[in-house]
Amino acid sequence: MSDKKPKRRDFLFTATTAVGAVGAAAVVWPMVDQMNPDASVKALASTEVDISSVKPGNTITVLWRGKPVFIRRRTKEEIDEARSVKMEDLIHPEKDEDRVKNPEWLVMLGVCTHLGCVPLNDKGDYDGWFCPCHGSHYDTSGRIRKGPAPWNMEVPKYEFVNANTIKIG
Amino acid sequence: MSDHDYKPKSKVGQWFNDRLPLLTLANHLTDYPTPKNLNYWWTFGGILTFCLITQIVTGLTLAMHYIAHADMAFESVEHIMRDVNYGWLIRYIHANGASMFFLAVYIHIFRSLFYGSYKSPREIIWILGIIIYLLMMAAAFMGYVLPWGQMSFWGATVITNLFSAIPLVGEGIVTWLWGGYSVDNPTLTRFFTLHYLIPFLILGLVVLHIWALHVPGNNNPVGIDIKKPSKDTVPFHPYIVIKDGFALLMFMIVFAFFVFYSPNILGHADNYIEANPMVTPAHIVPEWYLLPFYAILRSVPDKLLGVVAMLSAILILAVLPWLDTSKIRSAVFRPLYRQFYWILVADVLILGYVGAMPAEGLYLLIARVATAYYFLHFLVILPVLGFKEKTLPIPLSITEPVLGGNPNFAMAKKNESKIE
Repeated sequence: MSDKKPKRRDFLFTATTAVGAVGAAAVVWPMVDQMNPDASVKALASTEVDISSVKPGNTITVLWRGKPVFIRRRTKEEIDEARSVKMEDLIHPEKDEDRVKNPEWLVMLGVCTHLGCVPLNDKGDYDGWFCPCHGSHYDTSGRIRKGPAPWNMEVPKYEFVNANTIKIG
Repeated sequence: MSDHDYKPKSKVGQWFNDRLPLLTLANHLTDYPTPKNLNYWWTFGGILTFCLITQIVTGLTLAMHYIAHADMAFESVEHIMRDVNYGWLIRYIHANGASMFFLAVYIHIFRSLFYGSYKSPREIIWILGIIIYLLMMAAAFMGYVLPWGQMSFWGATVITNLFSAIPLVGEGIVTWLWGGYSVDNPTLTRFFTLHYLIPFLILGLVVLHIWALHVPGNNNPVGIDIKKPSKDTVPFHPYIVIKDGFALLMFMIVFAFFVFYSPNILGHADNYIEANPMVTPAHIVPEWYLLPFYAILRSVPDKLLGVVAMLSAILILAVLPWLDTSKIRSAVFRPLYRQFYWILVADVLILGYVGAMPAEGLYLLIARVATAYYFLHFLVILPVLGFKEKTLPIPLSITEPVLGGNPNFAMAKKNESKIE
């Protein structure tokens, strides 16, 4: 085979296959990508929340991108409890200081990092949240302490627009 | 009896058959030589065909009234239940039909495990069956999402989140599956599309499954190779048709019991609450037929490894023909395998039970032991058993144990050729 010079037929065969493969890939990609979030879904990317009525020790849940977001006004004890934990005791070590912008306000996705259920408020062995689906316990900073979840509850991008309003996203 | 010799009697039949040999196919199916000792465990193939057709017909009629939209799906299901003529009946047949389908498929699979039907030369039939089983699970899961109740929504959330266990690309895959940042309308519409498509894929695979079956012919309770056709076989029609038909009637009585007397007993009350992304039901459980795998998932404390264990538990079945090293097919002649077989049955039932219970304390411990045993059965016990087990002598033909055959192998071979 190797000593034979490629014929016109070989060239045509290779060229046709190559063009065919590129063409197929070009058609497949739109078919795959149409399943990704569309423009209208992406447009709902941010939401503003009024937090003036939330009392210390209470949590409100708001919907952002179809997911619940917990906004908890923490008490002094809860903040102290979250900050007194040793890093080596954590499954996913993160300082409480790095998870909040204002220590009084904990803002995070109310989604268990195991399989996506919504954990229950004021439950579990660490005074924070407890996921009823597969038994993950979170502390007062929303960090995973016990159970199958691999990470702490996610802190979304957010900012304080003013003292009473948080903008998520 | 050979297919190639078949000639339709009528002139029109011959004219047609020369152009499209459908009558030859029909003749093959009716005359198809079947082992004459097939017991009632062999009737579940026919029952499963009935289940598939039932799901397709009831599914098509439900789709005429169902609306695949997050705002309307739940209401449209209630509309089917209350307003549509016989909508309640069609939906209850469809919903319970899924459970009946899985009941039949589990009996079918465990029959195959007992009589060694997956062994050479029937590996392809078996693997096609496993693919059908996987597609059934996908169809059942997506179908369960369509009523858009609380269990639908959170079941969909938990199952799609399994993919997030994949390192690096996991999150991207989940977003792609959802078509958003959570289970929502785009997820519902694509699940409806796929739920509609999959039964037809299964139908195609069933044709291949039966085609592959008709090459070596049926295995049988004795598990030996038989000459076809011979004294050991009967034509499929009318012998097997009647037997299958009778078993199907018995099966339909059970089916009808669920549909008419306890249509919701296999479901969850939570699914009559409309989907709410803010609140997860206190106790999420999948449908009963997925419980053993759910137990395996939860028994592993690590997210990725849990998902890997669950998928392996299903995929390990595909390589079963090569894990089982014994040449003897039927458990009737394998005294040790027979015992391990029943332990496996018990193990799977236990997994199903703990899968429905909360994953804590004693339940979790039992789930872990049962999961370990499940893999031990396939990965250690079966390969070793083929070498260690002292099997019983197998008969040379199906007729031999009944009529008393010749113990001399050469003589029996001679007799067999005479029958031929």
